[in-house]
Amino acid sequence: MIRLQNIEKVYRTSAIETLALNSISLDIAKGEFLSVMGPSGCGKSTLLNIMGLLDAPTKGDIKIDEQRTDHFSDKQLAQFRNRKLGFVFQSYHLINDLKVLDNVELPLLYRTSSGNERKKLASAALEKVGLSNRVKHFPSQLSGGQKQRVAIARAIVGRPEIILADEPTGNLDSAMGSEIMDILLQLNATDNTTIIMVTHDEYMASKTHRLVRLFDGVLVQ
Amino acid sequence: MLRNYFKIAIAVLRRKKFFTFISLFGISFTLTIVIIVAAFVDNMFSAGYPDINRDRELFVSRMQIRSSTNASSINAGPSYYFIDHYVSRLKTPAKIAILSGNFPVTTYLNNKKQVTSVRSTNDQFWEVLQFQFVEGKPYTKQQIDNGEKVVVISEAVRSNYFNEGVAAVGKYIELLNMQYRVTGVVKNLPSASNVYADIFTPLTLTQEDMHEPSLVGGHTCILLLDSKANIPKMKEEFNQMAAKVPMDDKKIDNKIFDRKLVFADTFLESFVRDFHAGFTEGAGAGVDIFILIVSIFFLLFLLLPTLNLVNINISRIMDRYSEIGVRKAFGASSRTLVYQFIVENLILTFIGGAIGVGLSFIIVQVINSMDFMYNNRISVNFHVLSFALLASLVFGLLSGVYPAWRMSRMNVVMALKAQ
Repeated sequence: MIRLQNIEKVYRTSAIETLALNSISLDIAKGEFLSVMGPSGCGKSTLLNIMGLLDAPTKGDIKIDEQRTDHFSDKQLAQFRNRKLGFVFQSYHLINDLKVLDNVELPLLYRTSSGNERKKLASAALEKVGLSNRVKHFPSQLSGGQKQRVAIARAIVGRPEIILADEPTGNLDSAMGSEIMDILLQLNATDNTTIIMVTHDEYMASKTHRLVRLFDGVLVQ
Repeated sequence: MLRNYFKIAIAVLRRKKFFTFISLFGISFTLTIVIIVAAFVDNMFSAGYPDINRDRELFVSRMQIRSSTNASSINAGPSYYFIDHYVSRLKTPAKIAILSGNFPVTTYLNNKKQVTSVRSTNDQFWEVLQFQFVEGKPYTKQQIDNGEKVVVISEAVRSNYFNEGVAAVGKYIELLNMQYRVTGVVKNLPSASNVYADIFTPLTLTQEDMHEPSLVGGHTCILLLDSKANIPKMKEEFNQMAAKVPMDDKKIDNKIFDRKLVFADTFLESFVRDFHAGFTEGAGAGVDIFILIVSIFFLLFLLLPTLNLVNINISRIMDRYSEIGVRKAFGASSRTLVYQFIVENLILTFIGGAIGVGLSFIIVQVINSMDFMYNNRISVNFHVLSFALLASLVFGLLSGVYPAWRMSRMNVVMALKAQ
């Protein structure tokens, strides 16, 4: 599903060069639930951003669903992300000015779908994460766990094949964290969604199919 | 999609109330000024009482004679002789109004001294211009030809000279030490009217020697056509006629004037020709350049509040990094985001525009009720509202494009990191 070959990412400023990822090669199969662990600053999020096409590698190739993405234009990248990928962030990144339902609808705005269809799909996604009763609430009226569930609903509403989750339980207590993890595991099991999750939590990582570790930008396991 | 943009635009406006107030104040104040100026310009250039056929009229209001040997020129209205001998023989006009310049005259009634403005006209003047007679009727061709001392006066003159409620027709007023009989009373003219006067007299009563074969005089003629479509044909016929009018190589102050320039212009062309007080040697009268200059001034006027709004918009956008990152991550292209932020800005501008229109209506009422422009009634009509809409659009686009473009270039990862 995702193939990374010799991925290198260098951050340059006028004074220094930092090698964030060094020759990373990784294959992730369709339907796999992979967790990525490592100490802070080791390049986990950078790797996830590269897999999510939010950032470009300095060197190396990335293929998603057998397609090379390095030649994509801004518009093509946007469409590809919209169709294939869903994101869950540690700090939720909900739009506070929009209600829950409007937040979940967001990825569908960038497709050709009617308002009714968008509403239907967004309601179904919210039902899946157990938040049907919060559609008219604003994010500020929700708990952290509820916010993350809305974020998951937003990530799955467009039925992407891949979900990239950057520390989805990082801001939550253990009970809430477990709830979110259960939702992700269920998505992976029932919809065969490929999930790549960055986490600091060994227990959460142990529930996934495979764990890879990063240290100073290098895959160590 | 638009509904979503609208929702978020309104939410952002409500969230940052101070910024919203500053933005809306700037936009509505600017657009109010634009609308009031547009209302004045519309009042000046649109057809209105009594010149309601302006779209199918051509004006011959300037004649210039030049010397080839030096830079000397004489610039004034055409003479009655030129109009009578050449213009009146043209075939295309349906009617030709001839009127003298507007000159102040001291008049007396019951030893009451009044300074009024007087014009002399021909009989067709009353057919080309659509005056509303509140009493009596215009003087006739026969009365003009007979040299009868008759006048048409405005309501204002009637109320100054006669008692309230008393008919003026048939009564006499003193003009240049002679008694003139009133044949009609017309509704007051706006002071900005191109044919403004308080008293109208027959052309035969002017001081000018009407039979002197000179080209330059102090008259204007208005050529009324059957339809607007005849304007090019009329201009062509006029130019052919003007080319054949002989110059008599007149010598004034030892200068020989051997060239002439005279045109049949639309109202706007006539205005522009008067405005730069000279002659471009062509029928266009420099209207294109005039419109360009006015447009540049208009844009410059909008530039300052636009820059202000650009700064405010950039500040607003800085609050929305996270949203920008999320939208990009979930499939918004840079172009889509530019579109979104421009739409949002247009929504803001149109709200400001609506407030501006409301304020303009109030200010127009105040201006009209004060009547400081003597009978000129400006209005926020369809033309003015269309212009306001255009100004809002230009303002919204100008102030929205740069912040939107800058925001759309933002790196997704950086945007998501910002909180």
